[in-house]
Amino acid sequence: MSGAEPLLRVADIRVTFGGITALDGVSFDQRAGHILGLIGPNGAGKTTLFNCLSRLYHPTSGDIRLEGASILGRAAHRIAEIGIGRTFQNVALFQRLSVRDNALVGGHARTRSSMIGDALRLPAAKRTERDSLERVHEILSWLGLESVADAPVGGLPFGTQKRVELARALATRPKLLLLDEPAGGLNHDEVHELGRLIRRIRDERGVSVLLVEHHMGLVMSIADRVVALNFGRKLAEGTPAEVQRDPDVIRAYLGDKAA
Amino acid sequence: MTIEHSAEILPSREAAPAREAQPRVRGAAGSAWFGIAVVVALAVAPLFLKNFVTFQLTMALVYAIAILGLNLLTGISGQFSLGHGAFYAVGAYSAAILMESAGLGYAWTLPVAGVVCFVAGFLFGLPALRLEGVYLALATFALAVATPQFLKLGPLEHWTGGVQGVIVTKPDPPFGLPMSQDQWLFYFTLAVGLLLYWAARNLVHSRSGRALLAIRDNPIAARSMGVNTALYKSLAFGVSAAYTGVAGALGAIVVQFVAPDSFTFALSVSLFVGLVVGGVGWLPGALAGGAFVMFIPNLAEHVSKGLSGAVYGVLLILIIYAAPGGVGGLARSLGARFSQPGRRP
Ligand SMILES: Nc1ncnc2c1ncn2[C@@H]1O[C@H](COP(=O)(O)OP(=O)(O)OP(=O)(O)O)[C@@H](O)[C@H]1O
Ligand SMILES: [Mg+2]
Repeated sequence: MSGAEPLLRVADIRVTFGGITALDGVSFDQRAGHILGLIGPNGAGKTTLFNCLSRLYHPTSGDIRLEGASILGRAAHRIAEIGIGRTFQNVALFQRLSVRDNALVGGHARTRSSMIGDALRLPAAKRTERDSLERVHEILSWLGLESVADAPVGGLPFGTQKRVELARALATRPKLLLLDEPAGGLNHDEVHELGRLIRRIRDERGVSVLLVEHHMGLVMSIADRVVALNFGRKLAEGTPAEVQRDPDVIRAYLGDKAA
Repeated sequence: MTIEHSAEILPSREAAPAREAQPRVRGAAGSAWFGIAVVVALAVAPLFLKNFVTFQLTMALVYAIAILGLNLLTGISGQFSLGHGAFYAVGAYSAAILMESAGLGYAWTLPVAGVVCFVAGFLFGLPALRLEGVYLALATFALAVATPQFLKLGPLEHWTGGVQGVIVTKPDPPFGLPMSQDQWLFYFTLAVGLLLYWAARNLVHSRSGRALLAIRDNPIAARSMGVNTALYKSLAFGVSAAYTGVAGALGAIVVQFVAPDSFTFALSVSLFVGLVVGGVGWLPGALAGGAFVMFIPNLAEHVSKGLSGAVYGVLLILIIYAAPGGVGGLARSLGARFSQPGRRP
């Protein structure tokens, strides 16, 4: 393999549910440091791809490699520890926990403790807890969530909940952050703010981002490259400008509307 | 392909209606003082009570410990059990057999009972991983029904005493302390209970405890954050069973007797009722739950001998109506009111 190994390589991934083929041989690479936009009409297979990357779904064939190593032999709970973090299309927070505790769970994969040590507050457990709290404190203040740190997430406005999900994902210390429609349900100003935030996540925290989004304005303004899916196949790939001009992409989106 | 989890994989809970975030600090300090007051009241109570009442209070503490264990399972990790009477029984028999057949000191039987029940609970929790909600409740129900029969089995009779059970020697207070045996057992149980409560609280506020809470609230998201959900759910079963087993061991020592018919399905149901009355997910509620399990049936009996079951039932329904979240729910809403004077009508 040449010197510039991609951060992520998705190779010929196929996923079927009974009769439905949700992904039909999708391949693309993502370079470290890039924000890669993943677009496509409803049902194109974007979330399905994310679920393969999280090992919640197992592809029928194909391979997924992070920094050259296949992730397909890993259980879902061993994905965060290699640096793949994510948010969910329908906010999937721990509703009854506080903002801080949600973010602390994000650090689970990056820390070690035993139940006995935790129950007896042995020195190692206390140290781990202190370090975790410090890390989470940094992330919450970076995201402007400090003032609500003690609030149960269930009662917070939707936009804030999405931010908490981001905090939780960052607490896993990802190399690659998967964002599934982070702009969904946000208003115009919030989307603008989100765009800046995603850039800062990449620039200031050195996290590469794979971004699924229907909000074209957002994707086209912040993505380095874009992959377009339709009916489980890759339609186009290139710079935002190239993909926007692509006749197949235009047809997929206009066809959607015309139908 | 395999789908590890059912369709649209995420339980898409609607965002709950906006609720103001509440400053917790004053409420927390208030509840700490309240807790200290309760412990002090408990500590002096035996000085003023007859031995029999002290014994009853001790049993309320024993049930509270068992319920605390059940709460770790149901309130914290989100798994149901209608069979914790089985772990209580295993703990009780472990203590009785170790004391009477092996000559072990009574205090040493508690950790052993805890370990035995941890292993039993963990092993039961492993296959139970495939079961959710009502199916898990059903499996634990089977456990509760089967256990008393195992205790009667012929081959085990040499240790278990068969249907006769085992009589346990009542320990004397150590170091010649000037108190009755009942008083001593009360303080011993109180100390064990406080230690176990402290550990449970630590656990809930730690990395492991948060993993359990995360599983309860959203297992798929928990996995994606690195939580080995299968392992933690089984561990929760083990820890929960260990607590209930220690309670069973204490119960055997306090009652000085174990027999299969002390540990019928009714015990499992009682513990479950105590859990709900105390408040699922609220650890201090175990104390209220234990008191309910110990005293309410007596009270009902007192009100009407013939209709004690009906009186018990009506009391239970009244409590559930008046305090849907159990005592814990009540405490929480009171705490909210005190920490925000004037904000609520
Ligand atoms: N667990 C599942 N079982 C059966 N079919 C599924 C499952 N998950 C996804 N699908 C199907 O796979 C296809 C792709 O769905 P997916 O959720 O990946 O689309 P998407 O691109 O994320 O769409 P959207 O923009 O609406 O979120 C759809 O036809 C969907 O119904
Ligand atoms: Mg989707």
